Amino acid sequence: MTANSERLPEGGRIDRTKPLRATVDGIEILGYRGDTVASAMLANGIRTVAPSLYRSRPRGILGAGNEEPNALVRVERRGSSPMLPATTVELTEGLPVHTLSGIGALEPNSEAKDLDTRFAHTDVLVVGGGPTGLAAALAASEGDARVLLLDDQPELGGALLRGTDAELLDWAGGAAELLRARPEVTVVSRCTAFGYYDENYLLAVERGETLDRQRLWKIRAHHVVLATGANERPIVFAGNDLPGVMLADATRAYVNRYAALPGSEAVIATTNDTAYEAALDLAAAGVSVRAIVDSRAEPPEDLAAMACQAGIEVLADCVVAEATGTDSVAAVRIVRFEQPRRTVRTIRADLLAVSGGWSPDVGLFSQSGGKLRWNETLAAFLPEHSRQRQHIAGAARGRYGFARCVADGRFAGVSAAESCGYPAPDSPLRPGISERATRVETEQRPVWIVPAETGKPAEWREHFVDLQRDATVADIARACGAGMRSPEHIKRYTTIGTGSDQGRTSGLTAVGVLAWLRGMGSPGALGTTSFRAPAVPVSFELLAGRDTGKLLDPVRTTPIHPAHRELGAEFENVGQWKRPWYYAREGEGMHEAVLRECAAARTGVAMMDASTLGKIDLIGPDAGEFLNRLYTNGFKKLAIGSARYGVMCGCDGMVFDDGVVLRLSENHYTLTTTTGGAAGVLDWFEEWLQTEWIELDVWATSVTEQWSTVAVVGPRSREVIGAIAPELAVSNAEFPFMTVRETVLGNGIPARIVRVSFSGELAYEVNVANWHGLAAWREIERAGAGFGITPYGTETMHVLRAEKGFPIVGQDTDGTVTPIDLGMDWIVSKRKDFIGKRSLSRPDTARADRKQLVGLLPDEHGTLIPEGSQLIGEHTPVTPEVAPVPMLGHVTSSYHSAALGRTFALALLRSGRERIGQTVRTPVGDRLVSATVTEPIFYDKEGARRDG
Amino acid sequence: MLLIECPWCGQREETEFRYGGQAHVDYPSAPAETGDTEWAEFLFYRDNPAGPFAERWMHAAGCRRWFNAVRDTRTNEFLGVYRIGEGQPA
Amino acid sequence: MTASLLRTSPLGEREAEFAASGMDIREAGFRAMVNVRVDSASAAADAIGIALGVPLPVVPNTVCGGERAAVWLGPDEWLIYGADGDTPRITALATEALGPVSGSVLDLSANRTTIEISGARAREVLAKGCALDLHPRVFGEGHCAQTLIGKTQVLLWQYGNAPDYRILVRASFANYLADWLLDAAASGW
Repeated sequence: MTANSERLPEGGRIDRTKPLRATVDGIEILGYRGDTVASAMLANGIRTVAPSLYRSRPRGILGAGNEEPNALVRVERRGSSPMLPATTVELTEGLPVHTLSGIGALEPNSEAKDLDTRFAHTDVLVVGGGPTGLAAALAASEGDARVLLLDDQPELGGALLRGTDAELLDWAGGAAELLRARPEVTVVSRCTAFGYYDENYLLAVERGETLDRQRLWKIRAHHVVLATGANERPIVFAGNDLPGVMLADATRAYVNRYAALPGSEAVIATTNDTAYEAALDLAAAGVSVRAIVDSRAEPPEDLAAMACQAGIEVLADCVVAEATGTDSVAAVRIVRFEQPRRTVRTIRADLLAVSGGWSPDVGLFSQSGGKLRWNETLAAFLPEHSRQRQHIAGAARGRYGFARCVADGRFAGVSAAESCGYPAPDSPLRPGISERATRVETEQRPVWIVPAETGKPAEWREHFVDLQRDATVADIARACGAGMRSPEHIKRYTTIGTGSDQGRTSGLTAVGVLAWLRGMGSPGALGTTSFRAPAVPVSFELLAGRDTGKLLDPVRTTPIHPAHRELGAEFENVGQWKRPWYYAREGEGMHEAVLRECAAARTGVAMMDASTLGKIDLIGPDAGEFLNRLYTNGFKKLAIGSARYGVMCGCDGMVFDDGVVLRLSENHYTLTTTTGGAAGVLDWFEEWLQTEWIELDVWATSVTEQWSTVAVVGPRSREVIGAIAPELAVSNAEFPFMTVRETVLGNGIPARIVRVSFSGELAYEVNVANWHGLAAWREIERAGAGFGITPYGTETMHVLRAEKGFPIVGQDTDGTVTPIDLGMDWIVSKRKDFIGKRSLSRPDTARADRKQLVGLLPDEHGTLIPEGSQLIGEHTPVTPEVAPVPMLGHVTSSYHSAALGRTFALALLRSGRERIGQTVRTPVGDRLVSATVTEPIFYDKEGARRDG
Repeated sequence: MLLIECPWCGQREETEFRYGGQAHVDYPSAPAETGDTEWAEFLFYRDNPAGPFAERWMHAAGCRRWFNAVRDTRTNEFLGVYRIGEGQPA
Repeated sequence: MTASLLRTSPLGEREAEFAASGMDIREAGFRAMVNVRVDSASAAADAIGIALGVPLPVVPNTVCGGERAAVWLGPDEWLIYGADGDTPRITALATEALGPVSGSVLDLSANRTTIEISGARAREVLAKGCALDLHPRVFGEGHCAQTLIGKTQVLLWQYGNAPDYRILVRASFANYLADWLLDAAASGW
């Protein structure tokens, strides 16, 4: 082997002015721009790739496109990919290629690729840039419809690129030029559509010339034209996996498109006309073509004559029984088609080009919901019925030959544009389109398998069906023996068709073999396996696109965020929000910081950013009635300027959200929701207003981010509020608990101040316009400095409220907890109806032994029971080896308390209220600890502190 | 991904919508007088046909309107959309 | 000190990044935004339009007006958009025109901020994360839509033919959207 030794001196569509160097398994190869890795390998005499995955058999390049099952490679370079077919990788300068045995490994440290995503909309999407697709795109765009043409090759032309007909290639070049000149036409090369979903939604991957660039296209098309062509099928015979066995049309591609010789002495095996072209092209390129082995008794005379003229012998009514050789094909044994299959001849050859007929590429069509039907003449499944707004045209529906493809594509393009309201002007075929006649193809004689002369099918382990999976006729026979009949079952039992090549060369072949094993005439009655996305392998990183790092998920912040950062806050994720968790000072950990923050709130004054709470305004004469129907307690009679805590249930009676409702005027209420529940509560309101109670005159509007809220908490909070709001009368009598005041802060900022408390302490919430949030925070900080005001985070907030036994919806509840279970009977109206009320008297909801919210005091005052810990009875034996240990409930919240000087917890406990005073046990690490069940309140049971 | 016709905003991607389950399940007019079995059926029982199914959607990322749609559950094809209060198309 | 000087906008610190993006992207902070809800068929809806000098559009996803504009949000919901400082006037005019009729007028000026993006690449950059068809045949000047860009909800509004877009985004998502736009603008594709 020497560099470029197998390169033809002239011809091909490679750019000989752009020589390239690359390495394959460390060996340098020479190539040109326009080569694939596979064509460059062949041009440099490399015909063998890595051995097969399971049986370590020598393997060679079989195809010339994405059907390739053998020639898998890994490329070590920026944007490296773990496993790609060498037949689809464009050769670039310095490319380091390694052949692979069917399993690639992800490189965890590989550099990021240049990825992108693009949404696209079009009137007509044409998939495939061969003659059919080009004709369709030309026709569709004549009436000014928006047309998007995707083609997976660097150059438009499709199958024409594998031939040498200058007139046709010129036509393709002209068509491409014409399309690119039309302003509403977008042509995307190197772009493969791989998924076809509902409503003409398609996904496609566009590659750059180098592997490190990829873009995901998300396309909605009014109409789709599938011009996806057809795939050549192999034939199953003994030794059909040896290097040197290739698809006939792929050999044409190598000599014509890439000017690379795949062998020097060739035998052609065919069931149809198309391989004659391959034979003639190989011969013209200087390959010694020893014979065409044609399964048909009477090959067409004109083709036979042409072969004869080229000095090629045609062996009619014959098939290849066996390819032999140690590391690659050395000889081909030919037998008669009819029984008994006596050997006709054995011919020395290093290339066996095979054509078992053609299968229209119906993968995308099937994904879109289209139905297929077996066509006996073409020996293929053809599209029969589309489910979406779509045409499938040309070879993809069994219309072969240039003229027929162009006519079919044109028809599809015109119809597609018309259906979008862009009829094509009445013009004949574009000038330059050759109306040449195509040979009408003669019937083929399908050969799915050439049986071995000896043994049983279950022993034929060298008759390969799926080269990537190393699956053989023996495997299918074994599956049949195990009772499997349908191709879907065979696929799963044998793994045929599950490789990265998506079974392009094996899927239908397997059905053909199965039909033969079951004594059926053709695969028609068996059907195919389902085609699923992705039609070609795509990486997860492509699907993720640029949504990585900080774009993975939005991070929501409040306007006060810069202050939290300055204070060195540790942040906690609450949904998408970043909320300050605690503010550690020099030398403090979380534990110390939280104890300090709690102490400040209980003994002095502390402040927190509460801006993330959801906020909804309700306006209208029926707002009070609406609230009455949704909350368990009443709001219709709430005094103007007052606030009330409320709980909402779903129809099933389970607690769904809670918050504080303020009445601002006769017809205007505003309310808070939990941070995570904001969107859900507004949806809930709108659902009732729009779909059930349309007679209610109420308007709901989210005002969550119009307002920024700072909670000022602690015995000295009144002094701080007095300092920031000089116009406000702050005495307990003039500004009592659960009332609201509108005022202007000393610095001129309008504010709405509410006296509510989530800690049991005297507390206020200062609400200002969101854009004033940071200024309000700083003003409170300044005014509170003399009182030692201490910022606190969510952890301290949780401890303070838990000490008072205030549950947090979503932490102490989980959608199976009623207000009664929480011990909140006091908030459940007996007089009025509300959503969920009926469910509270359902037999299950009214059960006495439901899980109820209780407090827990661990016997060891310093032991913190992890949240989520399961609880068992004091005397319950822990013998999981005998039976499941009966659980009584679980811990929902657990903290160290500065105020109590010990740990405590909240829990949902079966018949919890009856167990108050009893002991339960729970695992902490690898030991069991005991805790006493208490009322769920630990601090200031009398509520003496809320007025300061 | 589905393409859903909002009766106000026109066709939008499925990601803009929230699903609301079976349509025309009215909230019982007198819950207190509704028996346990009937109430449980209202809460938990929904149709699950293979074929046309009237269901509710809400254009959550758009105009926030609830509306009804008839979708063929076998093909995901939307056979029609209609506003709340409008009758189900034949 | 007046209160307006104490305001901060969500993207006030991102100006230099926008300027360096190679695209015409900027934050237009502190715009007046007043949410109006009223039955579109009512006389009050007409009265509000007359009082504000901009009719409330009844065609979904369209905008009426110029510097003060009425943006369609829903069949009974609009956003009145105006210059910084116009909020009290809009609120007063709309509230007065609504009168005793059922409806609501709410100041939401601080709820969202505005990002403006203009120029030849604007459409292509938006197409990296917005599933709407922004082709001029479909979405042109005076069109608006509430939709998603990247992973956040926005109100997208084409207000000029450069093309010029306004993206109204809730304050807490503004930095995410700025990150997203800057990344999209920097994409090598």
